Amino acid sequence: MHTFLLIAILLLGFIITFQIARATEFVSVIQGEERTRKQSNRINAFLLLVFLIVGLFGVYWTHHTLADKTLGLGTSASDHGIKVDRMLKYTLIATGIVFFVTQILLFWYSFKYQEREDRKPYYFPHNNKLEMIWTVVPAIVLTILISFGLVYWYQITGAAPENAATVEITGSQFKWEFRYPGKDGVLGKKNYRYIDETQDNSLGLIWDDAATHDDIVSGGPLHLVVNKPVKLVIGAKDVIHSVGLPHFRLKMDAVPGTPTTLWFTPIKTTKDMIKETGNENFVFEIACDQMCGAGHTGMRGEIIVETQEEYDQWMATQKAQYLTAVVEKQAAAKPAVADSSAKKPADSTATTAAKPDSATTK
Amino acid sequence: MSDILHTQHETASHSHTEGHHHVHVHHKETFITKYIFSQDHKMIAKQFLITGIIWAIIGGLFSVLFRLQLGFPDESFPILETFFGRWAEGGRIRPDFYYALTTMHGTVLVFFVLTAGLSGTFANLLIPLQIGARDMASPLMNMLSYWFFFGGSVVMLSSLFIQTGPASGGWTIYPPLSALGQASEGSKAGMDYWIIGMALFIISSLLGGLNYIATILNMRTKGMSMTRMPLTIWALLFTAILGVLSFPVLLSGVVLLMFDRHLGTSFYLSDIYVAGQALSNEGGNAILFQHLFWFLGHPEVYIIILPTMGIVSEVMSVNARKPIFGYMAMVFSLFAICILAFLVWAHHMFVTGMNPFLGSVFVLLTLLIAVPSAIKVFNWLTTLWRGNIRFTPAMMFAIGFVSLFISGGLTGIFLGNSTIDIHLHDTMFVIAHFHIVMGVSAFFGMFCGIYHWFPKMYGRYMNNTLGYIHFWVTLIGAYLIFWPMHYQGFAGMPRRYLDKSSWVSFNQFHSLDAMITVVTILVFAVQLMFVFNYIYSMYKGRRVRSLNPWGATTLEWTTPIKPGHGNWEGEIPEVHRWSYDYGKDGRDFIPQTEPIGEKESAH
Repeated sequence: MHTFLLIAILLLGFIITFQIARATEFVSVIQGEERTRKQSNRINAFLLLVFLIVGLFGVYWTHHTLADKTLGLGTSASDHGIKVDRMLKYTLIATGIVFFVTQILLFWYSFKYQEREDRKPYYFPHNNKLEMIWTVVPAIVLTILISFGLVYWYQITGAAPENAATVEITGSQFKWEFRYPGKDGVLGKKNYRYIDETQDNSLGLIWDDAATHDDIVSGGPLHLVVNKPVKLVIGAKDVIHSVGLPHFRLKMDAVPGTPTTLWFTPIKTTKDMIKETGNENFVFEIACDQMCGAGHTGMRGEIIVETQEEYDQWMATQKAQYLTAVVEKQAAAKPAVADSSAKKPADSTATTAAKPDSATTK
Repeated sequence: MSDILHTQHETASHSHTEGHHHVHVHHKETFITKYIFSQDHKMIAKQFLITGIIWAIIGGLFSVLFRLQLGFPDESFPILETFFGRWAEGGRIRPDFYYALTTMHGTVLVFFVLTAGLSGTFANLLIPLQIGARDMASPLMNMLSYWFFFGGSVVMLSSLFIQTGPASGGWTIYPPLSALGQASEGSKAGMDYWIIGMALFIISSLLGGLNYIATILNMRTKGMSMTRMPLTIWALLFTAILGVLSFPVLLSGVVLLMFDRHLGTSFYLSDIYVAGQALSNEGGNAILFQHLFWFLGHPEVYIIILPTMGIVSEVMSVNARKPIFGYMAMVFSLFAICILAFLVWAHHMFVTGMNPFLGSVFVLLTLLIAVPSAIKVFNWLTTLWRGNIRFTPAMMFAIGFVSLFISGGLTGIFLGNSTIDIHLHDTMFVIAHFHIVMGVSAFFGMFCGIYHWFPKMYGRYMNNTLGYIHFWVTLIGAYLIFWPMHYQGFAGMPRRYLDKSSWVSFNQFHSLDAMITVVTILVFAVQLMFVFNYIYSMYKGRRVRSLNPWGATTLEWTTPIKPGHGNWEGEIPEVHRWSYDYGKDGRDFIPQTEPIGEKESAH
């Protein structure tokens, strides 16, 4: 009913508008078209000026209302994010000046130089000096912005520090999975052909590689230590996803077949953020930023940033995936006939050999 | 072949000039040869325009539908179920329907409206008329260009009606999502339709583009040197060159995608585990497709914007009664944009894990392209300065174009700088940026051209009052819709999210999204009013009574009010000067056909 009412109103409005439009055309024929034209010229010139003034106020008002809702620009929760915010601020100022100057000139000139009978347009086809100025000045401003940008870009995309912790993050429709390297600090080998969700091996870890044995796999939230650099090793199982970290101002695509990395240092804990934002439910979120299918909107992950002690406490409660997926099952299966375990690639050299192309590992 | 046809036209029209006042080259025009399989560039232009308008209504309607979801995620709209059945069960848009809508909105608007509908219309209408030619180099190819476009349209349109729905992986159709039917409903048959439809579209674009280039280079009338051409023609020339060089790359990209989909190849696929199954594909690279796609995709945005830059330059000069400022600078900046357009594609891919050094090269080239854009803006401003401006609806849209181009262009400086792009990539900021700079701007340029040349197309004017209402509602609406989206982007809110209620970080914009949706509906309604004005004025509009209603210098206004096939009744006029002698030596304007006077000052 609502919808029909809306359509009816729109239709009615349209018919009225059209009748008025037609009437003005008749009036203009009677009045003399030239006179009507000049009248509408004055009206539109005036409206352009009004638009400029109201528009400028609108720009201010939009900023005033919405700036607070933008995750607190300038209060990023990572070291790289501070650089991004700073760059954003400089660019906002530079482009803001150009925006106001050019928009004001555009609408002001339109209003000021509206048609008048006594005005002779000025024949001004070119002026090399002026054109040179507005080629060189933007070029210089852009060079400055590029230089700043690239210095930061290389810092952000450069190699991670030696002491960085490593965590692997894997996207698939429509969830994130995390793998911590365990005590040895090394992520064991994996291959997508070993993925077997029925056998608790959703990442395709190769149990033959001893480095996998202490790897911890988790469905989240991702735990990170504040003020300690972390390097994310990013992958995807099915389609392209993207690890978007709005509060850290970072993002990196997760591409099946081509692992990517991203490193940063979180500088605020979740508790700090709760205090800062005054929001009890605050949580760092991982947003999938690359269209990945019907469930894209719900592909949400969480991050907890905490102190080293809190992290250690949490880590102590975690169990290596190898224990759940292999050791405990073997223990349970021992009394029975040992045929179920024959499927597991790590179980016997014979089954591994049966998969010749599994030698390629990541 | 085309040359022969052309000479035949010439001789035909020449031999009849003496005898009759009104000469048509084709004596026996049937309904079919005149309105359907027409080889007259003016009729083909109208065919492109009207097909483009139909597509624009469809594509625009899609945006209204998905804005309903974005603005009112908790409401249900029973009317949607009435029309779309299981796609909107209980009056709520299903996620895969939502993504089908956004994907087709993008595809339709970018390719079928703002490429074919825009270039197809104005290249066809203006090139022969403004350079002084009787028709295109090959009228037959020109006709085929439209019909391939029509064929592509039919295929794309039919994909909307198949069981699994149309393509729904975004208009950029990145594999593996677009390659794997298991990953998404829209990647089943819908994707094949998309690829076939686009292949036909690309053939159309190549046939048209080659024709435009050949015509501009070879068929200019006597005296029409390249530097005397109106800027519209320069812009359309560079547009055609961009299209001819970049569309084939997209074609090869989607053909390889077709192979991956059906022939078991692994161009883009590797190490994939989907729907509980490990695929055998290894060694492919999903990012390769993005390179191929954006090698077209970026020039594509200039294919959309360059023609409108040309149109706006021309209309602005005519209505400011002043020459366009810096003609040669305008030509060189078009040229620079044309070259640089090929060298910036990977700025769409800063966060794909691409080598950072490569990224920095693309940052440099991307921000370089801001320089010619800035030159153009300053030249437009100077063209207005000390003019004597007539605010026709076309001129209003030209001014609106410049305003939007400034706003959208400046946000490009954010995104082109890779450091900031890390944060803003794939957020609503990108949506705001490109909708303002190449979506709405391009539409403004297109409206500007339609209002300005409608008298040439139909011998009638469009209704001015409706034109002004159209302009004001669209301009205000465009800013209300897209300006606040920048702030959603600053907050990192990803694009292509259909419901933000489960997110802590993006859950603060409810009322804003609702406002945007309401404005979208209003603006869409006003576009329908424009379409009504267009159709009504075709038959009932005020008649054009003078040959040159705007007082313009260019050649199209030397043709009869309703030119027949062949355009000029007698000989094609000779050109003696550039096309921007407005307000020179105290005269309102001097047509291009007037010889240079003895005491005339040089420009």
